[in-house]
Amino acid sequence: MTEFTPVAGSIGGVLIGCGVAVLLLANHRVAGVSGIVGQALWPSAGEARDWRIAFLLGLPLGAGIASVFTGGLTVDSQASPAVLIVAGLLVGFGTRLGNGCTSGHGVCGLSRGSIRSLAATVSFMTAGALTVFVVRHMLGVS
Amino acid sequence: MNSTVTAALSGTLFGAGLGVSQMTNPAKVAGFLDITGEWDPTLAFVMGGALLVSMVANQVARRRRAMQSPEATPPAESGVDRRLVLGSALFGIGWGLAGFCPGPALAALVTGAADVVLFVVSMIAGMALFRFTAATTSQAAAPRTERVTQ
Repeated sequence: MTEFTPVAGSIGGVLIGCGVAVLLLANHRVAGVSGIVGQALWPSAGEARDWRIAFLLGLPLGAGIASVFTGGLTVDSQASPAVLIVAGLLVGFGTRLGNGCTSGHGVCGLSRGSIRSLAATVSFMTAGALTVFVVRHMLGVS
Repeated sequence: MNSTVTAALSGTLFGAGLGVSQMTNPAKVAGFLDITGEWDPTLAFVMGGALLVSMVANQVARRRRAMQSPEATPPAESGVDRRLVLGSALFGIGWGLAGFCPGPALAALVTGAADVVLFVVSMIAGMALFRFTAATTSQAAAPRTERVTQ
């Protein structure tokens, strides 16, 4: 159970939006994390690695800076190691097959008015909610 | 400004936003997805805030493009296909199981928590698996996607 925190959520959201805006306006790139990871590891012909690695290193750095102001980061994971491995494989495979994740489709794509991103967002939100429903309310795992 | 510097700034702002909003905590994400339980709608506010700023940025980018080359029309978007919906659904199942998606998981690496490391390693293995299967099953399907995401 977590507490509803709309103010911190909105401030965080605006910061994420600023990150998206900087990459879009300065680099002319979409801040889709799964795509950036994929291209950083296995770049297509003519695609640069440097800016992608810099972006990815910024993520933990930014979270670290935020934790100074918010009094630490909590990672309250209920999943067993086996579940984490299966979940990680699904997230990695699925985001590459579906061309994006919460950031690329859910934020960047939706803000651009992309129908594909809307379809993707509806799909992963529905699948995520159904999964939590099955795990928590049908199988009875916390 | 140098493109590597601006990318680092972008990632840092993005990561700070994930930290401030506690999206780095999988319990918070699972609480959002648990609509029929003790629902925590915070994630909707995070997305709302991010969308608001991103929409303005997209307008600025569009206006800039229109000023630079007024006769150019943006490329038409390809339609919704099975691959997009199926891939996103698989991602959603993993997201629901662990409460992690790629951005928050990478940002949460700063905590050094073993759960986060295990998830990130598995996620990269999943991407490698996709690369391997995409290369062996269909040569035509893979390159198009790279362009859309990036």
